[in-house]
Amino acid sequence: MNIRKIAVPLVAIALFLAFWEALVWINGWPRYKMAAPSDLPQAYWRFRWLFLEMGWQTLWRTVAGLILAVIFGTALGVVMGFSRTMRDALYPLLVGFNAIPKATVVPIIALMFVGQHDFNTVLIAFLISFFPIAVSVSIGLSTLEPEYRDILRSLGASKLTIFWKIALPKTLPEFFGALKVAVTLAFIGTNLMEIVSPHGRGLGALFDSGRTNSDYPLMFAVLIALAFLGIVLYYIVVALERIFAGWADRAPG
Amino acid sequence: MENTVEIRHVTHAYRTPHGPLPVLNDLSLAIPTGAFCAVVGPSGCGKSTLTRLIAGLMKPDQGQVFLHGEPVRGPRNTVGMAFQNPVLLEWRSILDNVILPLEIVAPRMPRRDREARARELLALVGLEGFESKRPSELSGGMRQRASLCRAIVHKPEVLILDEPFGALDAFTREDLWQTMHALRREEPFTTLLITHDLRESIFLADEVVVLSGRPATAQYRMQVPGGTGRVLDDLYTPDAAERLNVLRHQIQIAQGRAEVHA
Ligand SMILES: Nc1ncnc2c1ncn2[C@@H]1O[C@H](COP(=O)(O)OP(=O)(O)O)[C@@H](O)[C@H]1O
Ligand SMILES: [Mg+2]
Repeated sequence: MNIRKIAVPLVAIALFLAFWEALVWINGWPRYKMAAPSDLPQAYWRFRWLFLEMGWQTLWRTVAGLILAVIFGTALGVVMGFSRTMRDALYPLLVGFNAIPKATVVPIIALMFVGQHDFNTVLIAFLISFFPIAVSVSIGLSTLEPEYRDILRSLGASKLTIFWKIALPKTLPEFFGALKVAVTLAFIGTNLMEIVSPHGRGLGALFDSGRTNSDYPLMFAVLIALAFLGIVLYYIVVALERIFAGWADRAPG
Repeated sequence: MENTVEIRHVTHAYRTPHGPLPVLNDLSLAIPTGAFCAVVGPSGCGKSTLTRLIAGLMKPDQGQVFLHGEPVRGPRNTVGMAFQNPVLLEWRSILDNVILPLEIVAPRMPRRDREARARELLALVGLEGFESKRPSELSGGMRQRASLCRAIVHKPEVLILDEPFGALDAFTREDLWQTMHALRREEPFTTLLITHDLRESIFLADEVVVLSGRPATAQYRMQVPGGTGRVLDDLYTPDAAERLNVLRHQIQIAQGRAEVHA
């Protein structure tokens, strides 16, 4: 059973790589046009220190943006979840802001804070990812059935107690659902900024330098490194969800 | 005898976008200490509003609610509530759900004592062995039993039940009626039960109050003898049939479907 679980995906990956390799080989594509999987180890080895350094850059800036998004998004969600007036006031603003394609915001921010590359990147990762968190927390809180509140309110419990003991835990499944979306978005934000801003750092910048040199093996190596980082981040969120909201798995169906 | 709950000339209206909606009109009601009072009435007539006033979750426009002779000014921890929806917290075990009110009411009570109290109640309602289960692993009737335990774990003076058995099938409901009697024999509390089941009202209550249609006032009162000594067979006696008939007629009057006969 367990062997199957590991073996099946491994075989699928191997088949995919073989297909890719064959495609490049049959078409006789040169390296300045397309890279084959067999070129990748060499690319990784040649740029191993760059990969480590740039990978770390991308990772910490994504996580920093995400942490800001969690703090700000949760605070905004709490305010909107508890106050009808705030919800009516902020919702159109938020929706409008979210409707702006972030690819257009990236160059603006890159220019506005030119030279402050770390700040830029964290800012865009944050801006792109707080929205789903704010919305899910506010919906989770505002749809709390009144009876849930009343069982504690009728005992004279404070609003804060009700929030900690009932409203917050009850919203956790929605929160983690949104966090899974947010982690992907923040990662996109970081990479957009790294590619767009001049003299950038991070895996996005490494990708850009591969692009200017038509170094396809390097570009593909970066793509795969990015996919790897993205998967790691995603599964960290999944693991946190299991720990803090695992109870929602067995909800009655 | 002292009255634990006393409602004096309460009038209340909700403010809605379409103007005020009068819900209660000069309603008076008294529940003696230790007694069980059932309130029946047409749906939407203001029964849940009445429970929220007693629990101190709302203030009436006019009139006053007294608990042990003291006017109710806000929520107080001597009240226990259970609703049609058992509203158990899915992330807590059954035991921790029952303990919840003690965390608010008796924050300094040692964990061991809290658990002992919760276990004692769970055993009393037949949930021994289910303490560490999640609510989603229990049937509807079992969840409602746990919800009852949570409502009385802190030994409230008043237990307020708002149609707690309304969503259960007939057999489970009858089981829970008997559990209710068993609990009352063990734990002294004063109860207000809202229900739309007339058989339930005469099986459980010492007094049944029929509310008129909205805005509601106490339209009819019936004393029922027997207390917790009643058995299900008592529901099939001529006396019970007579009582049900009278109550049914009163409900029809409250719904505006029957004439009032002298
Ligand atoms: N918070 C509220 N605001 C406005 N109207 C309400 C509110 N709560 C209840 N109502 C209305 O008041 C009436 C009585 O409600 P309720 O006390 O819940 O009735 P019951 O429990 O007897 O069915 C209903 O018509 C209901 O729609
Ligand atoms: Mg109701």
